[in-house]
Amino acid sequence: MISQHLPVLQVVVPLLFAPLCVLLRRHTLVWCVALLVSWCSFAIAILLLQQVLVEGEIVYAMGGWDAPWGIEYRLDILNAFVLLIITGIASVVMSFARESVLKEIAEDRIYLFYTAFLLNLTGLCGVVITGDAFNMFVFIEIASLSSYAMISASQQRQSLLAAYRYLILGTVGATFILISVGLLYAMTGTLNIADLAVRIKEVESTRTIITAFAFFTVGVCIKFGLFPLHYWLPNAYTYAPSVASAFLSGTTSKVFIYVLLRFLFTIFGVEYVFDVMLLDRILLVVALLAIFSGSLAAIYQNNIKKMLAYSSIAQIGYMILGISLVSVTGLMAGILHLFNHALIKTALFMVAACFFFRFDSVSLKDLKGVGRQMPFTMMAFIIGGLSLIGTPLTVGFISKWYLILAALERDWWWLAVLILLGSLLAVVYIWKVVEVLYFQSSDVDSQTIKIKEAPLSMLIPVWVIILANIYFGVNASLTTGIARQTAVYLLGGS
Amino acid sequence: MENLLGLYNYWVAIALMMMGFYIVIANGNLIKKLIGLNIFQVSVFILFISMGYMKNGTAPIYSEAYTLYAAPLPHVLILTAIVVGIATTALGLALTIRIYQAYGSIDETEITKIDLMDMNS
Repeated sequence: MISQHLPVLQVVVPLLFAPLCVLLRRHTLVWCVALLVSWCSFAIAILLLQQVLVEGEIVYAMGGWDAPWGIEYRLDILNAFVLLIITGIASVVMSFARESVLKEIAEDRIYLFYTAFLLNLTGLCGVVITGDAFNMFVFIEIASLSSYAMISASQQRQSLLAAYRYLILGTVGATFILISVGLLYAMTGTLNIADLAVRIKEVESTRTIITAFAFFTVGVCIKFGLFPLHYWLPNAYTYAPSVASAFLSGTTSKVFIYVLLRFLFTIFGVEYVFDVMLLDRILLVVALLAIFSGSLAAIYQNNIKKMLAYSSIAQIGYMILGISLVSVTGLMAGILHLFNHALIKTALFMVAACFFFRFDSVSLKDLKGVGRQMPFTMMAFIIGGLSLIGTPLTVGFISKWYLILAALERDWWWLAVLILLGSLLAVVYIWKVVEVLYFQSSDVDSQTIKIKEAPLSMLIPVWVIILANIYFGVNASLTTGIARQTAVYLLGGS
Repeated sequence: MENLLGLYNYWVAIALMMMGFYIVIANGNLIKKLIGLNIFQVSVFILFISMGYMKNGTAPIYSEAYTLYAAPLPHVLILTAIVVGIATTALGLALTIRIYQAYGSIDETEITKIDLMDMNS
């Protein structure tokens, strides 16, 4: 009985528990609520994915009103998979959060932080699950507003300006998406995504639709921080509380890339986007620029979190590169990297949180030689870093492998070489951190100050996600299977 | 001429959009940026509302006497979008207050300067 209503529970459960957090106030209680809700959402996402894999598409009419009149939630293999990523990351990050949040956020604001987190989870799940374009905009704003609040919860004052800039650019991006939805509605008279996909065919050569397409593409690219539009991203992830950085870096960009996929492949259609508008060429160039500018900028950072943020820009480039190849293998690599990058970047940001917890800093100059005092955290960083570079036996390798295969399928040797070069740049910035943290000797005499390893409540979740990095790197059949099925489905079941 | 007068609302929407967008980009004052953002959003509201408008149409309440109605859906959507816009403005202003408390300034270039000095010291 209840299994019928799983799609709506995915969104409603975190939404209902968010105000409860405001009422409870005690930070331990609030954390328990957030933890419980995240794991519940994760369980719901797993059940939904299983249901989709067995029975195919799930359509849920909100309040019993059938679509086009009511809002429908529509789940196919693509969004069921993205839901799994979001809620999975949410549960791991929440298991990890307690000590780190206590350390980094003023005690009287902690309950608000968890409230914002739950609202963010609501928004992200809503964006992914909904089958209505305007409803998607509303959920985008719920997710964005709560993420600005999460970022500004940090005690570092730079976080305020970072959140403000993100707010301005994020709102511009969301408003662009709104304009696009409005123009689509003007031409087709519907907001339902499945309906839009059918009706847009008749009017797709009009100038209005071209304008809608342009507004949408730029708007959504601001939202996930594609290279020339990434201005807000580095500072937002650097100065946010570590828990927020770990959660947002693993989920926000993934969700907006999902929005891009949904609009490009489901609504506008493959032929229109790639044969008429030639978006693949633009995306290819921009993705390569993102990979190289992001990686090069990362090399010059002296702050671990800022380095990871710039590396995110590069990794977003890899995802877009996969999409821009418009082949089953390329798209599959892009979708795989959604999952894999969520695992990698969340793990690395969590490791950075462990360092901050013990040393009150993530600047390289304050962290000389600390790797030897915190061997387990250091080990986690190294494995996460290897995964980011894309060494075999880690998840990073799987997505790079399929990306290179996709490039070779097209006989683009130069692209394969560029992808490898990009990975080499990742070696440079990861090595730089390892060198300082492990091989340089500390300025302070390590005999006098004995720094302990991070607390177990932080280390265990870090290692869970690091082991997931290895597990899905060795046994990739599950994720590659789903990604291939999704790619085939998006390209029109061919 | 037809395009100029017939699409009057749309021209206004575009003019407002560009003005708002320019203020957001060009002004360093955090409050003025938010004002620009509001103008930008309002232009989109006008765009939506114009789409739903019917010349000589009445409010969409069913009655025998009328046959021509304005489309209600865009108007309803904009009610939602206005609420979203208010929430954004409120959050933006709240952040501005906290920025002022932390830095003693609401000018973006000045704040960046203070941050740079912090980093070097």
